[in-house]
Amino acid sequence: MTLARATGVILAKELRTEFRSRELLGTTIVFVLIVIVLFSFTFNPTSSESRRFGPGLLWLAFLFAGSLMLQSSFLREQTNDTLAALRLAPIDPFSILAGKMAANFLFLILVEVMLLPVFAVLYNVAIFPVLPQLLLVLALGTIGLAATGTVFSAVAAQARLRELLLPLLLLPVLAPVLIASTEATIGVLRDPPELSLVWLTFLACFDVVFLTAAWMVGEYLLEE
Amino acid sequence: MSTPPASPANSGQTDAASRGLTIQFNEVEKRYGMRLALRGVTLGIAAGECVALVGHNGSGKTTLLKITAQLTQPSRGKIAFHAEGNPLSLEEVKSHVGMVGHHTLLYEELTAEENLIFFAKLFGLADPAEKAREALAPVGLSGRATDVVRTFSRGMRQRLSIARALLASPGLLLLDEAGTGLDPEGQHWLGTTIARLHDSGCTILMSTHGRNETQSAVTRAIRLDGGKITHDSGAGGNAREVLVMAAVRDGGEAGAS
Repeated sequence: MTLARATGVILAKELRTEFRSRELLGTTIVFVLIVIVLFSFTFNPTSSESRRFGPGLLWLAFLFAGSLMLQSSFLREQTNDTLAALRLAPIDPFSILAGKMAANFLFLILVEVMLLPVFAVLYNVAIFPVLPQLLLVLALGTIGLAATGTVFSAVAAQARLRELLLPLLLLPVLAPVLIASTEATIGVLRDPPELSLVWLTFLACFDVVFLTAAWMVGEYLLEE
Repeated sequence: MSTPPASPANSGQTDAASRGLTIQFNEVEKRYGMRLALRGVTLGIAAGECVALVGHNGSGKTTLLKITAQLTQPSRGKIAFHAEGNPLSLEEVKSHVGMVGHHTLLYEELTAEENLIFFAKLFGLADPAEKAREALAPVGLSGRATDVVRTFSRGMRQRLSIARALLASPGLLLLDEAGTGLDPEGQHWLGTTIARLHDSGCTILMSTHGRNETQSAVTRAIRLDGGKITHDSGAGGNAREVLVMAAVRDGGEAGAS
């Protein structure tokens, strides 16, 4: 079976299980909405203030969303040792990671897209004129978030103190992605808007490097 | 409502692989931190043998099965597989292996049918939906095909887990205490299923405790103690003697024949 087909089969299974229970998406959306609403009370959300603080708060909320979602990505495979069942299949081990990365990316993007209108209203930021540029930044940043989170979720799931381990591993590695995403978002929300090619290139390079590394070591990550 | 498992004669399940795999373990050792789970196991299993691994908890049975399934790598030593005399790469072996583990290896949020279709797709089987329907009938779960697994009893989950392992008609079946959770009727069904697979030439390697009906087809018994083989009845030896001895030592059903 090809890598793409196996990835597609695993992605479809991830989507089916999540949309059947809606446990993860429901909890995450409520959680990040509370974060965004709470932050809106901490300063006067005039347009200029929001442009200064908004992007950082937005990516902080996305980081919280990622932490919540990614933790369970491999933990739920431990319930009946279904990860062993996946590893017994004659497929490229990277397809297991790739399927989960794709699912996590879609879940996170869904949460982010639902959060954007709330952010625009509460923080008095006009996002719709710059929506294509903003979505590009979100996509590149979220690929990095989903890829690193999925890989470290696989590592942490097999360790003791797994709930503590994931944030400890994830946050230092994600720091460059969060900085680059925040800087790129600041540029997009600036008046006049400016799409920073430097930060976009940085994000794209990070995504490519991390995905390549995951492909190379995927088999070892999933081993007991 | 689930129906009782069908007898093998009218089960309609696809025949198991007509050819079993040959396995050769050479000085296989497995270390978990400071603990040695397997100590230099050298063992040859011929195609079509039905081998029972017996021994106390922690004797290395599950580790040996996991290494055979390539779920974990040996710390030292090698394992080789052959099909009809031809060596198989470790990647190729996976297409020929079915395993029933301690856990059910099933997704609780998916239905019985969705679970089997998912695994049939991963094994690259043609017409996964039809394969799933065919696999559900002999385990008596056709009537519960569209129910999610979390609503199943332990015995039903175990039967579905066995159906999953047999989906791709494996040439090597690994059973890690597969009778766990099955009622006497289920144990009888599993025993006859194993016997039928053995008759069709499938190599079977199973870990077991005590004496039960799943051992009826066993042709060879191997006792592990502390990660080492301490008794091996051999292919033509008296497997029953080793099984009864193990049952007595492990406090199983010593009186069973």
